[in-house]
Amino acid sequence: MSQPFIQVKNLCYSYQDDDGREVPVLRDLTLDIHRGEYVVILGHNGSGKSTFAKLLNMILEANSGQILIDGKDITSPDMTDDDVFALRRKIGMVFQNPDNQLVATIVEEDIAFGPENLGLPSEEIRRRVDDALEAVGMTAYAGHEPHRLSGGQKQRIAIAGIIAMQPECMIFDESTAMLDPSGRRDVIKTIETLNRERDITVIAITHYMNEAARADRVIIINDGKVAMDGTPNEIFSQGERLAQYGLDVPQGTALIHRLRERGISLDGDCTTPEQCADTICAALAGKGEK
Amino acid sequence: MKSIALGQYYPAASVVHRIDPRAKVILATLYIVCTFLCKNILSFAALVVSAVILILLTRIPLRTVFQSIKPLIVILLFTVIINIFWTTGDTLLLEWRFIRIYLEGIMQAVFMIVRILTLIVGTSMFLTYTTTPIALTDALEQLLGPLKKIRVPVHEFAMMMTIALRFIPTLVDETEKIMSAQKSRGTDFSSGSLIKRAKALIPILVPLFVSAFRRAEELATAMECRCYHGGEGRTRMRILKYRPSDFVAIGVMILLGAGLIVLNRLGIGYTM
Repeated sequence: MSQPFIQVKNLCYSYQDDDGREVPVLRDLTLDIHRGEYVVILGHNGSGKSTFAKLLNMILEANSGQILIDGKDITSPDMTDDDVFALRRKIGMVFQNPDNQLVATIVEEDIAFGPENLGLPSEEIRRRVDDALEAVGMTAYAGHEPHRLSGGQKQRIAIAGIIAMQPECMIFDESTAMLDPSGRRDVIKTIETLNRERDITVIAITHYMNEAARADRVIIINDGKVAMDGTPNEIFSQGERLAQYGLDVPQGTALIHRLRERGISLDGDCTTPEQCADTICAALAGKGEK
Repeated sequence: MKSIALGQYYPAASVVHRIDPRAKVILATLYIVCTFLCKNILSFAALVVSAVILILLTRIPLRTVFQSIKPLIVILLFTVIINIFWTTGDTLLLEWRFIRIYLEGIMQAVFMIVRILTLIVGTSMFLTYTTTPIALTDALEQLLGPLKKIRVPVHEFAMMMTIALRFIPTLVDETEKIMSAQKSRGTDFSSGSLIKRAKALIPILVPLFVSAFRRAEELATAMECRCYHGGEGRTRMRILKYRPSDFVAIGVMILLGAGLIVLNRLGIGYTM
């Protein structure tokens, strides 16, 4: 593969607590993310996964180490304000609480906020807003007031607000954590569509295992370092190691593992619920034939 | 509390609704000037007629209009009393002990009431009832734009207005949640002395403020992520455009003012 889109080398970050002591959050984090990948970052509370996301977008600045985005070193001291805006245009970020991301009192005006900040001509903004609304399936709500929408709908508007800036990569910082199950499903579906159809690189930070099962790649961050890195299949087959990092495997995967422990032979993948169901069905069908 | 109404915007498809919001701000200002131009019974009569025509043009039901006047009754009564009892003049109508009522006093009271009422009706018909708060904010930002040259932070004020409008329903929802939480723990908001009730509000205000500050911080980060860097170099999706009818409306308003000045000159009856 060509040069990675995001290269992180030996990244360290610490903050000072109220007593003035240095609290390390990231220690020597190194990883590469390629264009078009759908990466899920997992880690228990305080593992530094959110901090990592904020460093990518220059909301926080690293103490040491390097982050190269598209070959450009964003940790270098000669980053100008314009460079920062260019970076944020390239890498959009969606946060946890949908309420605290929406600025305007009308849905389409809110989506227009980003492009307006970029100083685009009004017809271009209009075009992007319509396109972004379509991408998240919220065209019918263009004239609505955000506070009348559900959590999942609000989060999709927040996503549309970022899409309207036409980013190459989107970071979702626990963007489904505050949503109800149906809202969460809608948002995840939207994220998947963006990755597949618009080729947007997705970095999703979450603690929902089922979300991770759908990704191309799962990275586990523990204690400020990359602890595990691989496909969902590779990661979830190591349940005991996951438990060490304070994480569970998805329910379906756990079920398959337990069945295997009981001596039932099951072949096939078992990361998403659908795969698990297929694996079990195949085994039952096989048994019936005997 | 999903039904909370921001301002008193009354959606309708009237001529007044369609006027450019900037033109409406100008019209409202001119109308205020008009109410102060009136000096005699003729010009005040003309003013009342203009207010009635304005209400009819907006297609807002009269009941809604009266409701907006209701809270003013105290102020109106106060004005009447002050003017009737304290104005002196030539034509004494009634004298009883220390109370003296003159014809001029009554005229003065009537004029003041008409002035206050038309002032309120005029501005609310042009602004609060027919213009959404967000359109009003946009209009003010553009109209006051020239003040940026003398370093008045016009854009920042407009942004603050927008964000305030956006977060009012959110914070109202939150207040209700906190109140329910406190009620379920046995807090009593509805009985006891005024001081006791005021004290009961503290456990609501503290978490509300804390959360408002947290929201503000998160919103600021989210805005930065969307490349917000103040009003400089920022464009707008919706560009306000004056239409010929807007200028016609402003022209009519100026004519009204001129007409009122002419009527004042006719000098019939009591002059203010």
